Amino acid sequence: MSNHRYLPMTEEDRKEMLQVVGANDVADLFADIPTKVRPATSMNIKPALKERDLLKHFTELSNRNVSTKDFPSFLGAGVYDHHIPATVDAVISRSEFYTAYTPYQPEISQGELQAIFEFQTMIAEITGMDLANSSMYDGHTALAEAVVMVAGHLKMKKQRVLVSDTVHPEARDVIDTYVLGPRLNVASVNEAKGKTDVNDLKEKLDDDVCAVVVQYPNFYGGIEDLKAIREACDESGAMMIVKSNPLALGVLTPPGEFGADVVVGDTQPFGIPSQYGGPHCGYFATKKALMRKVPGRLVGQTVDEDGTRGFVLTLQAREQHIRRDKATSNICSNQALNALGSSVAMTALGKSGLKELAVHNLKKAHYAKQQVENAGFTIVNEGPHFNEFVVDVGSNVVEVNKKLIDKGFIGGLDLGRFDQASDNHMLVCVTEMRTKEEIDRFVKALEESK
Amino acid sequence: MRTKEQPLIFELSRKGRKGDSLPELDVPDVSVEELLEDSYIRKEEAKLPEVSELQLVRHYTALSNRNFGVDSGFYPLGSCTMKYNPKVNEVVARMPGLSHIHPYQPEEQVQGALELMHELQESLAEMTGMKEVTLQSAAGAQGEWTGLMMIRAFHEANGDVERTKVIVPDSAHGTNPASASVAGFDSVTVRTDERGLVDLDHLREVVGKDTAALMLTNPNTLGLFEEDIVQMAEIIHSAGGKLYYDGANSNAILDKARPGDMGFDVVHLNLHKTFTGPHGGGGPGSGPVGVKEDLVPFLPKPLLIKKEEQYTWDYDRPQSIGRVKPFYGNFGINVRAYSYIRTMGLEGLKQVSEDAVLNANYLMKRLEPYYDVPYSQYCKHEFVVSAKRQKDQGVRALDIAKRLLDYGYHPPTMYFPLNVEECMMIEPTETESKETLDEFADALIAISKEVEENPDYVLEAPHHTVVSRLDETTAARKPILKHEQ
Repeated sequence: MSNHRYLPMTEEDRKEMLQVVGANDVADLFADIPTKVRPATSMNIKPALKERDLLKHFTELSNRNVSTKDFPSFLGAGVYDHHIPATVDAVISRSEFYTAYTPYQPEISQGELQAIFEFQTMIAEITGMDLANSSMYDGHTALAEAVVMVAGHLKMKKQRVLVSDTVHPEARDVIDTYVLGPRLNVASVNEAKGKTDVNDLKEKLDDDVCAVVVQYPNFYGGIEDLKAIREACDESGAMMIVKSNPLALGVLTPPGEFGADVVVGDTQPFGIPSQYGGPHCGYFATKKALMRKVPGRLVGQTVDEDGTRGFVLTLQAREQHIRRDKATSNICSNQALNALGSSVAMTALGKSGLKELAVHNLKKAHYAKQQVENAGFTIVNEGPHFNEFVVDVGSNVVEVNKKLIDKGFIGGLDLGRFDQASDNHMLVCVTEMRTKEEIDRFVKALEESK
Repeated sequence: MRTKEQPLIFELSRKGRKGDSLPELDVPDVSVEELLEDSYIRKEEAKLPEVSELQLVRHYTALSNRNFGVDSGFYPLGSCTMKYNPKVNEVVARMPGLSHIHPYQPEEQVQGALELMHELQESLAEMTGMKEVTLQSAAGAQGEWTGLMMIRAFHEANGDVERTKVIVPDSAHGTNPASASVAGFDSVTVRTDERGLVDLDHLREVVGKDTAALMLTNPNTLGLFEEDIVQMAEIIHSAGGKLYYDGANSNAILDKARPGDMGFDVVHLNLHKTFTGPHGGGGPGSGPVGVKEDLVPFLPKPLLIKKEEQYTWDYDRPQSIGRVKPFYGNFGINVRAYSYIRTMGLEGLKQVSEDAVLNANYLMKRLEPYYDVPYSQYCKHEFVVSAKRQKDQGVRALDIAKRLLDYGYHPPTMYFPLNVEECMMIEPTETESKETLDEFADALIAISKEVEENPDYVLEAPHHTVVSRLDETTAARKPILKHEQ
């Protein structure tokens, strides 16, 4: 048998080792597999590629995709095109980080544990919350887990959840699946002019509602009235769960200041490439009162026997490997490496950099909206927005986007994807990556593509 | 020798230092106050660290030096398959057409990515003996939950609403009972018998009309192949239940036994284990789920299909359990797994399982004279030893693990499975050489002698790490979860 470069065992080694274990042939080691369940024929798997040919194959696959590095992109909707500092890849490419697993042995995992502790601190700071966990799969599942956590915290006495129609439609779908387990009922709160209809919320709120779920900035880029929503929640005793783009919180008042009970979202805007939608990195921040209900890993500060500061996984009595069926969530592997990448990006930004970046995103999106409006398009919703806004492009967005790609632009999101009645509505996203020149050319291309 | 503690990044911060490189604003400037209502303008900046680029790099380099990965040394963490993470996988995953594509780009702009995913789905279906595979689930635990939700939907579609129980062996991964709960089931434990296998008589006792599924990992967490699998499948199926395969341990069975042939109806795989997605310090992973034909209608939305030589997302799936994750799963990890499969080919993958199993058996044999081996038949990719003998001399498995750190090894999975006293679960993987296994065995043998001759030295271990044993009790009693600035 020829040896593969990932497999160090020589024929000689194998012979010696078989002798030690008392087997004549490696087949003896598999003799306990009943004949009945052994495959009749070998698997149909393509032959191995050498590294040169593998790279050629992947280059070819990669080249068949239109990259957002090739053309300016105006897509957002939860996945944003931001500059990724070179330091991010330098750090996450250190194999002491990326080839390690969960830091079960703290004495040789202080690096990862401290990095997570710093991540938790940064997220708590940005969201204005008491604490944050080590990460979740992504913003949407973090949101669904928040709903389940809150219902559990209220001991399942309140089984209804109100989710605003201005929350990302895919996040709403994920919530719908997650609540099937605990059998919670989800009702939606209407949208009015691109924002949560607070009157509708008030009408639907009652004693049976455990949580109200909103997004800030919301799916359409709008800034929700968290103050009014909080007041409505308080009247009925519901908890307020807010999904937030953490970059926006560089300029927006953090949900914590409005009294949010749980703030979740995705740190993708901080150093994580779009990667066709994943892996990104969910964050989960909450109040102290909910600390022992939080899903996933938490890192805490402590000391060693000599009094030296150190870090450990803590409050593990919440988790599946200790509590099994009584755990607060089944999450085990999370998004640690991406949390690290985001920590590096947040560190690179720093205190003033986060604010300035958020402000640039705010201003550029408003500039783009103004230009689109000046070109004669209808802006669907009024009011301030972050990154995104909805444009009525006057014809089918799918067709418009086909014309735009020919002109060298990746157009905005077709909202007809989620609601057929909106198939003329494009969700346009502008980040700091889009230069004035690109925005101006895009508006022109949009005019020509009607 | 301890080194001094690494300051927190916040402690390195000095007001006014900058690490960002934001270009000048090139659109006409408008004040924030003109764009936002005052109550929505953040007044106090988030206290992120203010450091220069070199300080950032030195800080994270210092942290990496306080961490241990597979590239640092042997990492026999049982059930985690800490094998070599190929460097070429990192190269391909960073290709611009794979790392910088947006999930909402029209399908015609991402046919290369879709083809890759489709090829991976088909390869995984082939390896597991399943009809269809979805790549949606983010990790093993999410795969388990996704699979159980499909089983639940299947039973409900048949009007079978009384099936509320999921049977889980006492040796199962903790995620199994947790996933059952999250999916709305109660879990029932089935015992392990003296062979280390599921007790068939007990299984017959606990199975019934209320059984929705049996969750099983095979080989199990003791590293043993459940050789009664055919009877088990028969017991569960004749009661109307489904068989769920936890693929965390699939490194042992590539081309040797396919879950589909064993009678399993649903399978998840951990692409960050058997298929070399790097573990990342705890993730991201990827947990694709495969199903037999009768469960295909319940797969999560959307499903990737091939239609007239084009790949497309199918959303029109009325019986689907719905969406489990935004977009299409952890694509970046799936790219690495596909790269690995194409690098190994059939022959390579077959060799992977053979060498993984040979390595585990060899290591077990070398340790047997010095540590209790509760199940001494041939194991598969992993095995358990017990430090019972050492405990009699006042040294626990935990102490042995801490002493292993001084020898430069990552310890095995400790105190798991729960049904073995003072358990150490060891999975060497196929990418380790005989020399490494010998050196590791020598270290554990040396420790067993230290236990006899100088137990205090083992009890005080580790001696050579950057910190000594940490006070976990205080950490949990008075939690400090963030740095107060």
